[in-house]
Amino acid sequence: MKKAVLLMCLTIFVFSTFFAANFPTKPITYVVCFDPGGESDITARIQQPYLEKILGVPIVITYKAGGGGATGWSELVNRATPDGYSIYGTNLPHIILQPIQGGVPYKTEQIENIYFFQTTPCTLVVPIDSPIKTFEDFVKYASGKKSVLIGGSGQPSANSFATLRLAKVAKLNLTYVPFTGTGTAVPALLGGNVDALMTYSTVSVQYKDKLRTIAIATEQRVPFLPDVPTFRELGYDVVEKAFRGVAVPPGTPAEIKRILEAAFAEVNKNPEVRAKMEEIGFVMEDYNEEQSKELVARLIPYYKELWDETQKMGK
Amino acid sequence: MASFQYLLSAIPQILTAKILFLMIGGVGIGLVIGALPGMSATMGVALFLPLTYWMTPSESLVFLGSLYMAAIYGGSFSAILLRTPGTPSNIGTTFDGYPMAKQGKGWQAILIATYSSLYGGLFGMICFLIFAPMLARIALRFGPPEYFWLGIFGLTVISSLSRGNTLKGFIGGFIGMMISFVGVAPIGGNVRFTFGSSHLISGFGLIPALVGLFCIPEVINMVIQRGQKQLFIEAKVEKGTALRIFVEVMKKQLDLIRASIIGFIIGVLPGAGGNIANLVSYSEAMRASKHPEKFGTGVAEGVIATETSNNATVGGGFVPLMTLGVPGTPVDAILYGALLIQGLRPGAELFTTRADVVYTFIVGVIAATLIMVPIGLLFGKGMTKVVYKIPIHVLVPVILLLTMIGSYCVQNNISDVYTMLILGVLGYILRRFGFEAGPITLGLILGPIAETGFTQGLLMGRKLDYPWTVFFIRPISWVLIVLSVLFLLWPLIRKQSPSVGGVKQ
Repeated sequence: MKKAVLLMCLTIFVFSTFFAANFPTKPITYVVCFDPGGESDITARIQQPYLEKILGVPIVITYKAGGGGATGWSELVNRATPDGYSIYGTNLPHIILQPIQGGVPYKTEQIENIYFFQTTPCTLVVPIDSPIKTFEDFVKYASGKKSVLIGGSGQPSANSFATLRLAKVAKLNLTYVPFTGTGTAVPALLGGNVDALMTYSTVSVQYKDKLRTIAIATEQRVPFLPDVPTFRELGYDVVEKAFRGVAVPPGTPAEIKRILEAAFAEVNKNPEVRAKMEEIGFVMEDYNEEQSKELVARLIPYYKELWDETQKMGK
Repeated sequence: MASFQYLLSAIPQILTAKILFLMIGGVGIGLVIGALPGMSATMGVALFLPLTYWMTPSESLVFLGSLYMAAIYGGSFSAILLRTPGTPSNIGTTFDGYPMAKQGKGWQAILIATYSSLYGGLFGMICFLIFAPMLARIALRFGPPEYFWLGIFGLTVISSLSRGNTLKGFIGGFIGMMISFVGVAPIGGNVRFTFGSSHLISGFGLIPALVGLFCIPEVINMVIQRGQKQLFIEAKVEKGTALRIFVEVMKKQLDLIRASIIGFIIGVLPGAGGNIANLVSYSEAMRASKHPEKFGTGVAEGVIATETSNNATVGGGFVPLMTLGVPGTPVDAILYGALLIQGLRPGAELFTTRADVVYTFIVGVIAATLIMVPIGLLFGKGMTKVVYKIPIHVLVPVILLLTMIGSYCVQNNISDVYTMLILGVLGYILRRFGFEAGPITLGLILGPIAETGFTQGLLMGRKLDYPWTVFFIRPISWVLIVLSVLFLLWPLIRKQSPSVGGVKQ
């Protein structure tokens, strides 16, 4: 019996090293769980040629949109083959919030993130021609108002939580109006249907000539928006962002994960990649598999608390 | 007239061999994708986006723009020949196009669709050139309350889409709205009516639903009428038909212009597109017609209305995309991504900083619309011949296979195939009881728009003393409310003045 187990372990070991030594030998499918053309797609497209060079195989980008990413992530944990040839883009807080909300057939813990490569911090923006020039102006404008309308993408989302948090620490009456994405949120602000947007750094950069960013929800200022103060500098503890990373199906051999993890790390540290991403408004981050796990574990209770708060507000 | 100068200088740009090749390629691919049931223009553009990463910005935009324009037109082929809207923009084309085909006038219907698409496409692009900056500002004033009323206004179209029985039409629209509620809520993100099934999380997709509701009942009918060998009456096409129909279509300037304007305006509004435009335009054509009762039996005006308006939305959709940097339709969202990847930021400054790109794009799409006609007619003729010759027992499995592939391809998701089949059977049963697919799909399309506008509107109302009033204090809302009431009461108004309906026997 013992021998049999030993033999099995040995086979698995030999098999897996054999496997690892030969990984990858065929094209890898990189699944984007949102529509083409969005931030996740653009990220994958920037990474694609560099990944191909490092791994030596074609990287095929496909899409599985639906349910705010839930359709793709359900497939990732329930149906995808754990051989390293299918990898999926993942997002925080999405993969934490969806299971908390319920109704999705995956658990946060089932998603094996191997790398988180960037974030889009929340930013508070107003139209460029608005009389609100600074965050102080915004506070003055909002104080004593029955309500101030803050648009953003999705609910619950990093945008909605940042608004919730800001309302709480700055003691302002903010009403969060969720939109289906930045594609509808930006015109709502430009058309004066909301007073401001709690959006992402990518929007702040891409609409620089139409929108003024008055504060950013990061720990430190970001290089591509050097004049924008952080909420913390202004005396309000609001730090909120969305992470973008990549995961493999549960049960993927450790050796294969190492190879993919190393490839993503190398791509992410490439100065060309960093420059391209920062130009669009992404903040570069580097969380390897171990650190990604810690990050998710740390954020789960945090988002549970925020979710409970949102639920109370709704009542 | 700086723009005119740019326009002229763009003409030689598109006359290079490479751009011409890309235009023809884009049109060809677009036609095939449009004609395949389940493959929408959005999908086609998304599918071929990666090909453009190695092109220059102008090449990329001309290629994708040509593909987009041709896909919306190509969707009329399957609408006419298979009673399946090739894209959501061709729903209304099935109403009159398919009866025409069954009467042996399929080729004529395709000719009508071709000329109408050409007209609408050019009209939309020219309006885009002239009115873009002005309209972009108006489109911005369209906030959540307006979208709510737009949804309601859209629903009033049902009163004309449901021939004979308005009540059944509204029930159908209601059923469509109920179906649209399944899945993750557009606002708030709650998961609703999924009954614990993971297949239903993302709800019932519009494209699988369309394919199911329109095509499957027809397939079931074909199987039931087993005795019949051929679906269509084979009719001889005389020489010179193409020219004769061209003259006939061009004589209907009023219909063409009405449909073009409706398509263009709906295209300008962010979030609304050809899927709404073709139905509204159909209903308006019927309202304006001297013989509305003939609609649905195979009249040319029905096909003209839908096919003109859907191609006019293309130019309309470019307005917010190119002037505000805000995508108006799903396809425009992908084009937005394409521009970003090229290192260009869509928006008004693109017209000055990269005028070469913008004007090459505009001229390129206009040229592609013209190229679309000969290629489309060649393709349409072939498809007509093939479909007319296939016996039913071959046609049925081929159509079924196509619908399944099409539904699966939308999101590479088997759930969509189930959606298509289940809604197909449901659609068949409902049709037996007099509930048409048109109003149901309208409910399906407008449900999320009205719902999102309603919820966001109520949140906006928190600024006011009485939140509800937000829906009644804005000028564009008033216009939409008045229009809704007027159109809802139209059948009554019409009945009370018999002179409007012409002489009735």
